[in-house]
Amino acid sequence: MNLCIISENSPYICWQILSQYLIMKTIGIAGNFGKNAKSDCRVTFEKKTEGGLQIEIRSKVNALYGKSIRKLAENVLHFFDIENAGFLIEDSGAVDFVLAARMEAAIKQVIETEKEYLLPQLSENTSSTEKDANRFSRLYLPGNTPKLMLNAGIHKPNGLILDLEDAVAPDKKFEAGFVVRNALRSLHFYNAERMVRINQIPKGLDDLRFIIPHHANLIILPKCESAADIKWVNEVIDVHKKEHGIEHPVWLMPIIESAKGVMNAYEIAKSAENIAAIAIGLEDYTADLGTRRTAAGTESFFARSMVVNAARAAGVQPIDSVFSDVSDMEALAENVKVSKGLGFDGMGCIHPRQIEVIHENFAPEEVEIERAKKIVLAFKEAEKKGLGVVSLGSKMIDAPVVKRAQNTIHLAINMGKLEDSWMDGLET
Amino acid sequence: MKKYDKLTKNAAGRMVPKIVNGTEQIPFQGVGKYKPTGRKFGPRISSCVDYPDDGNKTAKDLKEALIKSGLKDGMTISTHHHFRNGDLIANQIFDIAHELGVKNLRWYPSASFPCQEHLIPYLEDGTINRIEGSMNGPLGKFASEGKMKGLGVLRSHGGRYQAIQDGEVQIDISVIAAPTADAFGNANGVNGDAACGLLGFALGDSQYADKVIVVTDNLVPFPAIPWQIHGNYVDYVVEVEKVGLAERIISGTTRITKSPDRLLIAEITAKFCEAAGLIYDGFSYQAGAGGTALSIGNYFGDILRKNNWKARFIRAGSNQYPVALLEEGLVEYILDGQTFDLEGVRSMRENPNHINTSPFTSYNYHGKGNFASMIDIVVLGATEVDVNFNANVVTHSDGYLLHGIGGWQNCLFSKCTILPIPLFRDRIPVIRDEVTTLCGPGELIDVIVTERGIAINPLRKDLIEKVKDSGLPIKTIEELKAEGEAICGVPEKPQLGDEIIAVIKWVDGTIIDSVRKVIT
Repeated sequence: MNLCIISENSPYICWQILSQYLIMKTIGIAGNFGKNAKSDCRVTFEKKTEGGLQIEIRSKVNALYGKSIRKLAENVLHFFDIENAGFLIEDSGAVDFVLAARMEAAIKQVIETEKEYLLPQLSENTSSTEKDANRFSRLYLPGNTPKLMLNAGIHKPNGLILDLEDAVAPDKKFEAGFVVRNALRSLHFYNAERMVRINQIPKGLDDLRFIIPHHANLIILPKCESAADIKWVNEVIDVHKKEHGIEHPVWLMPIIESAKGVMNAYEIAKSAENIAAIAIGLEDYTADLGTRRTAAGTESFFARSMVVNAARAAGVQPIDSVFSDVSDMEALAENVKVSKGLGFDGMGCIHPRQIEVIHENFAPEEVEIERAKKIVLAFKEAEKKGLGVVSLGSKMIDAPVVKRAQNTIHLAINMGKLEDSWMDGLET
Repeated sequence: MKKYDKLTKNAAGRMVPKIVNGTEQIPFQGVGKYKPTGRKFGPRISSCVDYPDDGNKTAKDLKEALIKSGLKDGMTISTHHHFRNGDLIANQIFDIAHELGVKNLRWYPSASFPCQEHLIPYLEDGTINRIEGSMNGPLGKFASEGKMKGLGVLRSHGGRYQAIQDGEVQIDISVIAAPTADAFGNANGVNGDAACGLLGFALGDSQYADKVIVVTDNLVPFPAIPWQIHGNYVDYVVEVEKVGLAERIISGTTRITKSPDRLLIAEITAKFCEAAGLIYDGFSYQAGAGGTALSIGNYFGDILRKNNWKARFIRAGSNQYPVALLEEGLVEYILDGQTFDLEGVRSMRENPNHINTSPFTSYNYHGKGNFASMIDIVVLGATEVDVNFNANVVTHSDGYLLHGIGGWQNCLFSKCTILPIPLFRDRIPVIRDEVTTLCGPGELIDVIVTERGIAINPLRKDLIEKVKDSGLPIKTIEELKAEGEAICGVPEKPQLGDEIIAVIKWVDGTIIDSVRKVIT
């Protein structure tokens, strides 16, 4: 990969140099196996000089998938031109994209190669999203925990985040990249926006090679503190896009998680065209303030308002932090109402049962829908009459208000709160 | 004696033996096709002259009671499973049999549990010839690998009663572990430190066994009330230090699921029932003890509350969740076959609307009517379902015999039988071309609910019509199968041996399928 166009002093250069000094092992082990490692496997690869390929499979599903696991193992080993090796697969029901990721990660701890073993990409995973797509909910999925991935999309979050940052243990970061890459290609997202949270820069810049070529829709940047972070990320994204001939948009959602980040929120929000949203991360932010997060949230009122204001000023979506008590749906609902009241467009979630509560409480209320209907009808009327100005009663309606009303109507229809044919029979 | 002989294809297209453990069998003929003739089994007539006038039937210990009952080679010994994984008595019976050098026993439990793994050496050394009853955990694994000397026979709870009543299984000695009993043999499950609720699974055993031994750790003066087991059937009473571990009747599957995926399945199931008009003021349902089924009961409660309706009754397996609905007044009666936690025990003891039932009242197919067919909705689990809606509840897709039938087969006769199941478990798709073991014919299974959609049996045109505009994710079963395989890959067919290790009885006593040996 040619990275010479990246600007001087880029932290990515430093990371690349450091990476060269990583010592290759003689035995590579990747993945998880044991009581709690459902839908996963552990692969142990040992390169040998003779003896051919010794593939051993210990699988919970051996009776039904033993042959196909063996075939996959042979294909992967042949792909990497390995003729002599020990290859142990301890499997508790991993699907092919997980098996392949574990195999590749184990091999690449021993063998240095630029080759990538890629399974076919699902056609549905090549869709793109709009900058102003609905982002009420985004569900975090630990990037190295396949068992939580397979059914995540059926809970219908607006976005699914494959998380390479906080949810992955430091010693698992290397192997997680392969799982996330393969998931982007093979996991059924059920129309959720495909999001990845990369590691904090500079490490996060290296993550992008696992993500950008595989049609991620949106990259979440943790602990973003300045516009420079965005610049570096976009430089690396551009390198990958150019190398792979990618034209679809890759949106960014920086997360503000520090006092400094809050002060720079507007600079960050307006620093690039592909920023779709800025989010606030309150766990780290409150730690940075030297306080703790409370249910009332008074300690973060300033920061949340700053982020909302900065986002609105820059024309991007303001997105709230996660609500961490997964057992208290009533408190979550209250939290969402406050969040919506502050001006946020969505929030993160860490458990699928939170999604419905978030959607219900961010959804347009009856009074909002009624007002939006009036504005949209007034807009239609103005269009019909060829008027350049939209008015409702004696009040003039600005274009952004019309746009917002149209969005409200669109959401209400999508969420079953308004008939698609609501305008039929109404005079315009 | 050959374990089995004379294989034939039954009406379900399955190869089954016509001789099992030396006894002639009737292959499955179709649902409702086989009707027995003749009379019920008649146990030996007793005379009170042979029993003490003061009603004191106590024996020194279990060993003495077994010896006095004439324990000898080849006998059939029955036990119940109301203590579930907290049973302490079955193991002791066979310890004694082994000590006495008795061989070739048939154990006829209403179900076995992992706590009875202790019996494997006795299955190996021939003390026990075979288990005729549902086999869970290690015993199922042992049988699946072809290690049991005789052929296993699996029956439903109702089928077990039917087999006793019809004389298909003649019990020589029934040992009934009872949380409370008097010296005459009256016994119940609601009182005592080891209270497990009721003793309904032992009812048929007490009525038809040649000898009946009641074992208790709470011997009370006559009369032990309620007398769920009548002392008039009982030969000996034995007092022990501890009869069972009541806390172990609670299993991990008797709590509401926390899995978001299973909660989603439960929610979709409840929405389906509501949309199909299956829930109404005065309706009835049965949900099993699994976490998903219990969650469905909670959703049903929400629907009843919302509409200010009441359910007339719940058929249970009870635990804290149906009890809460009963006490809230959302349900008028619980008709209970077994209690799954101590809340269920308490409710049965205190609430006259929490009714003690037995397989005779609820499930016996050879009776004058069938409770099961009167229930509006039954929610059940399954290990596999095939594209013809046939279902398997006893073996995993790899052929291992790891679950019991319980009341599952009996419940299939409800007005609407729903199987809420995940589309795959640990990569293994649940919907298959053909089930590994046939336990329930597809014509009795109405709806499959998965987290990715609902398949309605094409025979149920009424249900299809009712939910067509509901917005629910209705799919064909073939579509669901394809969706599961797109995620998991198409599974290979498991390699099973030719040898049969057990047979599955249908509710009428005919053989619906055979279980083949697993190749290890």
